[in-house]
Amino acid sequence: MDITQILFWFLSILAVFGALMMVTSKNPVYSVLWLIVVFFAISGHYILLNAQFLAVVNIIVYAGAIMVLFLFVIMLMNLNAETEPQKNKWLKIAGVIAGGSLMLVFIAALRHSNELIKTQVSMGGEAGLIKTLGKTLFTDYVLPFEISSVLFLSAMVGAVVIGKKGD
Amino acid sequence: MDMILLAVDWALVLEKTLFIGFIISISLVVAMYATYGERKIAAFIQDRLGPNRAGPFGLLQPLADGLKLFMKEEIIPTSSNKVLFILGPSLAMITAMLTSAVIPWGDKVELFGRTISLQIADVNIGILYVFGILSLGVYGIMIGAWASNNKFSLMGGLRAASQIISYELAMGISLIALLMITGSLSLGEMVKQQQEGLWNVIVQPLGFFIFLVCAFAECNRTPFDLAEAENELIGGYHAEFSSMKLGFYLFAEYINMFISSAVMATLYFGGYDIIPFYDESAWGFSTNIMALLGAAALFVKILFFIFLFMWVRWTIPRFRYDQLMNLGWKGLIPLSLFNMIVTAAVILFLKK
Repeated sequence: MDITQILFWFLSILAVFGALMMVTSKNPVYSVLWLIVVFFAISGHYILLNAQFLAVVNIIVYAGAIMVLFLFVIMLMNLNAETEPQKNKWLKIAGVIAGGSLMLVFIAALRHSNELIKTQVSMGGEAGLIKTLGKTLFTDYVLPFEISSVLFLSAMVGAVVIGKKGD
Repeated sequence: MDMILLAVDWALVLEKTLFIGFIISISLVVAMYATYGERKIAAFIQDRLGPNRAGPFGLLQPLADGLKLFMKEEIIPTSSNKVLFILGPSLAMITAMLTSAVIPWGDKVELFGRTISLQIADVNIGILYVFGILSLGVYGIMIGAWASNNKFSLMGGLRAASQIISYELAMGISLIALLMITGSLSLGEMVKQQQEGLWNVIVQPLGFFIFLVCAFAECNRTPFDLAEAENELIGGYHAEFSSMKLGFYLFAEYINMFISSAVMATLYFGGYDIIPFYDESAWGFSTNIMALLGAAALFVKILFFIFLFMWVRWTIPRFRYDQLMNLGWKGLIPLSLFNMIVTAAVILFLKK
């Protein structure tokens, strides 16, 4: 085992453990904090893959912005272990089935990941660096990129419209 | 396990460890004496003497304050969440320290036949890293505030968090304009460009101004210190904290100030460049002396910014909360968007 492998196993165990703790924690605030740990572990994986941009953006967007909003809502509603309602048994089973199907889809998609490794190697291991990423986004994938930005804009306008209701 | 140990460049590890220790102790000492500086400057502005009992000119005052904080009784309220109550101040301190990893503190030094870079990690996404850590700074405050189980603390924490999130946007957009000019995200690269060309503040004066205002807000400094508005919220988010946990929160604020001054000096004022419009290599000093002079120049710039932080604090009164949000969302964000579009247009026009 070299350093990379040790790091990989450490991060993987951390990610899985964090995810389990996130699901099983009684206190919603702990759940959010464990989810942040999971995001950090995943960012660590990105760095191992030399995708620094993805790693940092993952931290900025998910750990830094979205999770803060989650924390906001939970703290303002003062949800804690005592107010946590007993969930329906069927709801739990439905959750397991839905999560399991998602896992199946992921495994099916990643079964052929050997080919992805080849493209990464053919780019000298620099597929995740910001220069390569920017060039690809603005040459090969301009249209999808722009369309998704329009989608974001419309979501923003929608949020403003909903927020304005009642004035 | 022996195989693993052999694969590591131990000299590099030792070098980096020593350097990290050095930077952390420098940050702590600067933060410590920033408290002294703050009280002296406040006294000067209000026509008082300030601390002058402990040691000559009161220079030992920060040590006395630190000792006092350490010796105070450690109180953890019974209704608080104990784990998070301790985690809060620790996180505040850690996130305050983390940013110093990517700041280039000086040029290269040659010691014992090794070339040592005075930057802990020159990652090619340096500025994004700074941004990522900045967005994590909220957690220390929010977790501590919530764990206190006190409504006033929670209010202070929520104020701090929403303020930091709001001003981050304008800060990011003002940085995009800067990035379009430099074309690089690495802080080391940016300093090198400024050494050869102009300081960025000359090409981006509006961007710098927006960045400065946002930095004040991110550090929770007056006029944006609503998170600890004592006349509305008793003490703000750290109302329930005592002893060194309170000390960590107060200390983290001063370290944040130090680090954001360093970031501003690096991004807009040439970092360790000594004199603008001038090639210092003409002086013919050796590499080591030049590196030390550069680091000293960076420190002078940082100290100036810290002074600016304090000057503003003791001159301007606090905003009202709606004024603060209006300034952030309706004032600074459109202004930084305007700055970004003008910069992009000028770059396109000049390159034609």
